[in-house]
Amino acid sequence: MTDVVARDPSQATAATGTPTRPSRSWTEIGSEIGDRIYSWSITGFAALVPILLLLIFISVGIAAWPALRTFGFTFLTSSDWDPVAGHFGAAPAIYGTIVSSILALVIATPLALGVAVFLSEFAPNWLRGPVAFAVDLLAAVPSVIYGLWGIFVLIPFLREFLMPFLRDTLHLGVLPLFAGPAYGSSMLAAGLILAIMCLPYISAVTREVLMAVPRSQREAAVGLGATRWEVIRDAVIPYARSGIIGGIILGLGRALGETMAVTMLIGNRHEIAASLFAPGYTMASLIANEFSEATGDLHLSALMAVGFVLLLVTFLVNALARWLVWQTAKER
Amino acid sequence: MATAQTTRRGAPSGRQRAVAERTQRSIRRRRARSHVMIGLMYVAAVIATLPLLLIVIHLIRLGASSINLAFFTQTQRPPGEAGGGMANAIVGTLILIGISGIVGLPIGIGAGLYLAEKRATLLATTVRFLADVLNGLPSIVMGIFAWQLLVKPVQHFSALAGGIALGAMMIPMVTRTTEEMVRLVPISLREAALALGYSRWRTSLSIVLRTALGGIVTGALVAMARIAGETAPLLFTALGNQFWSTSLRAPIAALPLQIYNYAISPYDDWHAQAWAAAIVLVGIVFIISLAARVATRRRYGTGD
Repeated sequence: MTDVVARDPSQATAATGTPTRPSRSWTEIGSEIGDRIYSWSITGFAALVPILLLLIFISVGIAAWPALRTFGFTFLTSSDWDPVAGHFGAAPAIYGTIVSSILALVIATPLALGVAVFLSEFAPNWLRGPVAFAVDLLAAVPSVIYGLWGIFVLIPFLREFLMPFLRDTLHLGVLPLFAGPAYGSSMLAAGLILAIMCLPYISAVTREVLMAVPRSQREAAVGLGATRWEVIRDAVIPYARSGIIGGIILGLGRALGETMAVTMLIGNRHEIAASLFAPGYTMASLIANEFSEATGDLHLSALMAVGFVLLLVTFLVNALARWLVWQTAKER
Repeated sequence: MATAQTTRRGAPSGRQRAVAERTQRSIRRRRARSHVMIGLMYVAAVIATLPLLLIVIHLIRLGASSINLAFFTQTQRPPGEAGGGMANAIVGTLILIGISGIVGLPIGIGAGLYLAEKRATLLATTVRFLADVLNGLPSIVMGIFAWQLLVKPVQHFSALAGGIALGAMMIPMVTRTTEEMVRLVPISLREAALALGYSRWRTSLSIVLRTALGGIVTGALVAMARIAGETAPLLFTALGNQFWSTSLRAPIAALPLQIYNYAISPYDDWHAQAWAAAIVLVGIVFIISLAARVATRRRYGTGD
């Protein structure tokens, strides 16, 4: 503020010998101090966010360090997980994480895009609210409830109906993907539940970027004689593309780190199997499942190392997704 | 097009008629395609809402019969003994939500105010980006973090560690919603307060923050609803407790943990209780979400 000038004694005396402005009142000084305290404290709160992220990286890194030092790069490539002998390799969990997440995206993406386009372009007004609300509610259902539902509803359905149907009725059993006994608890079950869980995230982001597409874009396409579908395909979706891809990657981030439902459904077996009907493991489910039973320090540290890999991967995926969504939003 | 040509130039030649027919066919094809795609979108909407419907139906069908007075007043019985309830888990969940609010809300709201007021600084851009990234990090990572920092050094699991882990998860969500809500406050309101001689900090706290309060409360409640059902971080921190405990320094029971343990147990009684607990948990989440809606409505209602 300009008060600084008045406070400067050399300036005040140099001109006339008397102060150029009346001395400041206590209220003024008080509010300036208040402003400074306020400014510092909100800056401090804001700074806590990067500090929190840094603390997470450091603490998980420290916990993971003994295992990472012992096994080095082979930790990522070895399938050997033997707590008794002290050998740990995370390859099956990494494989399972990738396969279950990709499976989830393959199922969820077309549905989520369909719902998002439906809600932003086609839905009659009376339907828009309820459907949007129902899809948003899917994101609010706790993960553990998806797990509970999966164990008692989805798994019996898979075991008794969907798996035999795919394998025998459609004769897809000749493919390695759909071969083998139908256990129920499987990569397929995990992928399906993950698809349900990441669908609302993808559709919410997609809806948001579709709303950001200017009206003129649609009107121009209509003016050229496009059908309603062609307007979407040729004018709206290309405009929103990077945001939509960002939304899908955001869904991927959710699927990679999802823990409880997957732990309850994937079967928790430390093995890389070609079939989606076979049980598997993901990084998150491995940590959740073995943490309470980890006895040796190295075993515990190996689990933390899996956590560190998960943290690194999800950090990068989320950063990429955010960047893509921001790119689109900026053009608004 | 075809009709325009015929009226202008008299009878169409054979070639013109062929072109017109082709155009008509193409338009019909494109229209049909459009109808099919729109139909598929309706199908997508139906399939996407189906899981929610199924989950709600199964929750009510399998859990409602186990909800009785004992469920809310008693604690866990040994397996094989019918009855018992989840009073400790319900109270535990409420305590954990409370701690996480105390930890997460001030930091989140403070950081959100910073983002809204110093929009373009390097720190603001960084914090905004990192808050979004932090929001997407797996909750199990938060659990490991809290375990390493708060459980391992003191050698025992505690409610406090669980609450702090959940509170840390709330921070990025509350930060971003607060920023959005404060940004909605018209700049003229801020200018009016400053012109009346309000200091900047009083303008921010008693004019801007109060105007945005409804929205901020909504954001806070939505964040609370989301962390209320979190399980993974609690495996590493609050751990769960079979018995009645309200101590912050000891392991504490929580509904999500109880649902997990009961669901993977081999006992039918416990399975039924897990479904009942799921109803109660969804009920808590629903009530908090409903409160969020009411808070939003009041904001628009008073119009101040």
